[in-house]
Amino acid sequence: MRLILLLAIFFSTQAAALDRALVDKLGFGESDEKVVAINAIAASGDPRAAEVLGALAEGELQTSGKLVIIVKNDEAFDAASGDKLALPEEREDVVANNRLRGAVSAALAALKLLSPDRQQRLAALKELSDNAEGADVAMLGIVRRALAAETDPGVKPLLEQVAASLELKGGDREARIAALQRLAGSSSANAKTLLLSYIETEKDADLLAEARKSLRAVEGKRAWAERAGLAFTGISLGSILLLAALGLAITYGLMGVINMAHGELIMIGAYTTYAVQTLFRTKFGAAFDWYLLAALPAAFAVSAAVGMLLERLVIRWLYGRPLETLLATWGISLVLIQTVRTLFGAQNVQVENPAFMSGGVEVLSGVVLPYSRIVIVIFAAAVLAGMWLLLTRTRLGLFVRGVTQNRAMASCVGVPTHRVDTWAFGLGSGIAGLAGCALSQIGNVGPDLGQGYIVDSFMVVVLGGVGQLAGTVYAALGLGFANKLLESWQGAVIAKILVLVFIVIFIQKRPQGLFAVKGRMADA
Amino acid sequence: MTSPILTARSGLARRLYGPAGWLAILVAVLVAFLLFPVLNLAVAPESPFHISAYWVTLIGKIMCYAMVAIAMDLIWGYAGILSLGHGLFFALGGYAMGMYLMRQIGRDGQYQSDMPDFMVFLDWKEFPLAWWNSDQFWWCALLVVAVPGLLAYAFGFFAFRSRVKGVYFSIITQALTYAAMLLFFRNNTGFGGNNGFTDFKRILGTPITTPETRMVLFAVTAAVLIGTLLLARTIVTSKLGRILTAIRDAEQRVMFCGYNPVHYKLFIWVVSAMICGLAGALYVPQVGIINPGEMSPANSIEIAIWVAVGGRGTLVGAVLGAFLVNGGKSFLTQQFPEYWFYFLGLIFILSTLFLPNGVVGLVKSWRKK
Amino acid sequence: MSAAAMHAPGQSGSGDASLGHVATGTLDATHGVVLYLEDISVSFDGFKALNKLSLAIDVGELRCVIGPNGAGKTTMMDVITGKTRPDEGTVFFGQTIDLTRLTEPEIAHAGIGRKFQKPTIFEHHSVFENLELSMKADKRVRKTLFAKLSSEEGDRIAEMLDRIRLADSAGREAGLLSHGQKQWLEIGMLLMQEPKLLLLDEPVAGMSDDETERTAELFLTLAGKHSLVVVEHDMAFIGKIARKVTVLHEGSVLAEGPLAQVQEDPRVIEVYLGR
Ligand SMILES: Nc1ncnc2c1ncn2[C@@H]1O[C@H](COP(=O)(O)OP(=O)(O)OP(=O)(O)O)[C@@H](O)[C@H]1O
Ligand SMILES: [Mg+2]
Repeated sequence: MRLILLLAIFFSTQAAALDRALVDKLGFGESDEKVVAINAIAASGDPRAAEVLGALAEGELQTSGKLVIIVKNDEAFDAASGDKLALPEEREDVVANNRLRGAVSAALAALKLLSPDRQQRLAALKELSDNAEGADVAMLGIVRRALAAETDPGVKPLLEQVAASLELKGGDREARIAALQRLAGSSSANAKTLLLSYIETEKDADLLAEARKSLRAVEGKRAWAERAGLAFTGISLGSILLLAALGLAITYGLMGVINMAHGELIMIGAYTTYAVQTLFRTKFGAAFDWYLLAALPAAFAVSAAVGMLLERLVIRWLYGRPLETLLATWGISLVLIQTVRTLFGAQNVQVENPAFMSGGVEVLSGVVLPYSRIVIVIFAAAVLAGMWLLLTRTRLGLFVRGVTQNRAMASCVGVPTHRVDTWAFGLGSGIAGLAGCALSQIGNVGPDLGQGYIVDSFMVVVLGGVGQLAGTVYAALGLGFANKLLESWQGAVIAKILVLVFIVIFIQKRPQGLFAVKGRMADA
Repeated sequence: MTSPILTARSGLARRLYGPAGWLAILVAVLVAFLLFPVLNLAVAPESPFHISAYWVTLIGKIMCYAMVAIAMDLIWGYAGILSLGHGLFFALGGYAMGMYLMRQIGRDGQYQSDMPDFMVFLDWKEFPLAWWNSDQFWWCALLVVAVPGLLAYAFGFFAFRSRVKGVYFSIITQALTYAAMLLFFRNNTGFGGNNGFTDFKRILGTPITTPETRMVLFAVTAAVLIGTLLLARTIVTSKLGRILTAIRDAEQRVMFCGYNPVHYKLFIWVVSAMICGLAGALYVPQVGIINPGEMSPANSIEIAIWVAVGGRGTLVGAVLGAFLVNGGKSFLTQQFPEYWFYFLGLIFILSTLFLPNGVVGLVKSWRKK
Repeated sequence: MSAAAMHAPGQSGSGDASLGHVATGTLDATHGVVLYLEDISVSFDGFKALNKLSLAIDVGELRCVIGPNGAGKTTMMDVITGKTRPDEGTVFFGQTIDLTRLTEPEIAHAGIGRKFQKPTIFEHHSVFENLELSMKADKRVRKTLFAKLSSEEGDRIAEMLDRIRLADSAGREAGLLSHGQKQWLEIGMLLMQEPKLLLLDEPVAGMSDDETERTAELFLTLAGKHSLVVVEHDMAFIGKIARKVTVLHEGSVLAEGPLAQVQEDPRVIEVYLGR
């Protein structure tokens, strides 16, 4: 790519020539001299500069006697003029050490700032701002020219920053102050390191004060960026907890069934996703990216079916005996885990993201939001909305609420309580399946997947208050935030422990959860 | 008669068990203190009557589990409080004993240092505070019951006072043991992280792996188990025991009778935790390892099923259940490892559905017919 | 009845912090009032179950409380026994004991016994044990662990068994009794506590006519020695025992006075017949 471009420049500018003295220095000079020459050649803005520097970087620059030449595909060209020469016998490589390479790539990047291609300019800017040495002061001219010409709002701020860093090195006092002020608008890590190192070297008190002011501004912005990143990971974890807990909010929160196998229903959803994915890969490779569309209903259906079966076979017989239910469903979870192990093996299986879910957006410099996580946040909100509609706007929802509030009465007015139980349990289980489908996109899928979520999801429901959808949402998000916040402060394990300890204390203070229902229900 | 209790305070003896019960205990005493030592130590290994070290360790281990089951029965079967965190108390007792055993290794560890290997590995120069005095047996023996007891007291005090009950209580005890497990998994916590304590060499100065030591540990465990059973029986047959069951059945009434249920629950909860600690302390030298895995929620919940299988609220049922389930476990995990989880899962399901009173209840109802 | 007789016999071990210790003051009923409720309000999710309820019970009085379903009768008992905390108002037992500050067991110790609307006994214990557990005694953990039934206590239990006509069923599991027998057992348990004040929520529900008759007799013999508050819907029963009757409606006192007078009250008739 770069080569083609260089060649294009080369052919269009046959006639031009570089200062031969400079080129000679590039070929025969000491390291320091070479660096100076590199920068001078670049700064000349000569159309052939890129070719010569490129040749140096690629190891194509050689010397033959007193002449500096470029050798390409066994053809030789005069470096200064670009004229074709006969390939001399005696040649020696111009060795480019790391320092020279850095200088060359910075110089080349500076040259590319003038490129009409936006992508090129962006790449060049990235190169320049990531380069430890930064661009050489000699490039100031080019950068200024580029800045004057730049109109693209996506490129300009970055360019301004690079320009500012050069001005700080090479500009006069006025230019430096202007540069410092411009840097204050940045939020990048580079701007911060730049200012820090500048503060160490600057002696002038005014400039120093200005630099400090800018540094504070940059740090302030960066703190916000970090906080935003933290907030997002908090929301992300919260949405995952929410997904895991929403099903439980129905089966435990509304129906009062302690289902320790809830995590395994999540796991089944994840494995269903895996199965659908495998099917798509082998049967409909072309539509692979759309496998999730099929996996969602499949995960819901499989988990719901398993859940309904469990309700019919086991849980039904234990209504009103919560502790026995707890033990029996724990047994179910063991059987389910072992079944999956037998079917799919004990190892984790690979679930691949569809193309549109890999990658992420960079909202602020340094804060990348992975698409998969964004999708899951949206998905959690959608599931929540769907569940809310289902519970408040449909007959099933009405029945479920009726049965949970007063079973005897509901049965008297003709609600088929047993069937409602089965369907409600199926619904909760199906939602667990959806959670599993979502989780398969961001983490490992293995037989133990569910075990990791069971404690968390119960904490969410218990904290949120039984039978409280809103409470569940707040509790999930709250726990997500708290976890991430503590994590950034004390590390993951301690964070988890602190959260658990907090919950233990909290429950003792308010046994009915965040959103206590004062009343007869609470006595039970 | 062998039992001094029997002769000294026959009133109490009659309260605890009938003639059949005492006879069963006598048989257990003979088996543990006579049959096992003789068949293990005195009978030649070639003889068909020889009991191998494997069996001694296995039964010794299960006797520790039986103590935990008794503890669980006290709190769940009698007071109606299902704990899903009893594995934590067991492990804490085990760790307390483990600390002492680690110190007994002395300079025989891999690094030939006074510090346990994992500390050398972490480049620690001195013992963390929790290890203070841990080279003293009496101190560790104290910790074995004090640590679980104090933790249970602190936790129970807040939980019972706030009237946390039923499933809520179960779930937070599960969270408690889960949190503790995470804590112990960390190297910085100072208890060997993932690997916990192992490679013990000596106990009270004598080598720990000799057949004689093994048999002594076995006998001590048997004695403590029988002692625990009698103690638990004393508690549940007292007026206090009747109050506990009354709390289980009608807590409101108990309060309006003038008893403060918080104190009663706290008492039995702490006693139960201390029994677990004791069991853990006897378990570790026999099995030779203690690690945070013992605190996993799955372990704790398994304890409940031992009691459920045997029969809640009977004590004997708890012991029986511990033997049945763990015997089945060691058989299955060796013969058909992949079926163990199915088996365990089915026990959970079937015993709750079809055996509400456990094996003991089944036997009782057969007798009635 | 003299004031001195109302003092609870020496509360043992005051200041002792051992498990189960319950510290309450002693009952001071010098002004002849054993229970005094003033302006009690309780609300559940905005619904006022009790609304500025005031009530005074005299020493030795037998008070009947009636009122339609949901009037707040049970809630009133909940407030007196500490099960429900009032949002506002004061409850005094005698002159000095502020019941809103005590826990349920402390209130029981102070001398208030309560029978629930739905009979609550210890179903898995024998009838004998039910009475044993409720008997007045030191109710701290350590004491109960080593407690032994003295022969004098055994006699008291036997006496009570006779009184509640359950002597034949002493060894039976209480859960197996008939509904009426359970009511009697619960009353027996209350009496074993030797309370100053008995709160009885629908004591004759589910009893045969014969049993109801005997219950009425029992209550009449209790009045004077104890103070009684009886909540009942059975007007025939009320007619037998009533002296002073309080009518509750929507959480406050609608009318109070002798039964005949209350029954004439147009507001009471309106409340009972109007719905
Ligand atoms: N814990 C509670 N939560 C919500 N509402 C309650 C609670 N306790 C009582 N109530 C309500 O307060 C009102 C008064 O109830 P209460 O039980 O005191 O009535 P009652 O007079 O005893 O009626 P009944 O004659 O049916 O026993 C009722 O409407 C009841 O629904
Ligand atoms: Mg009522």
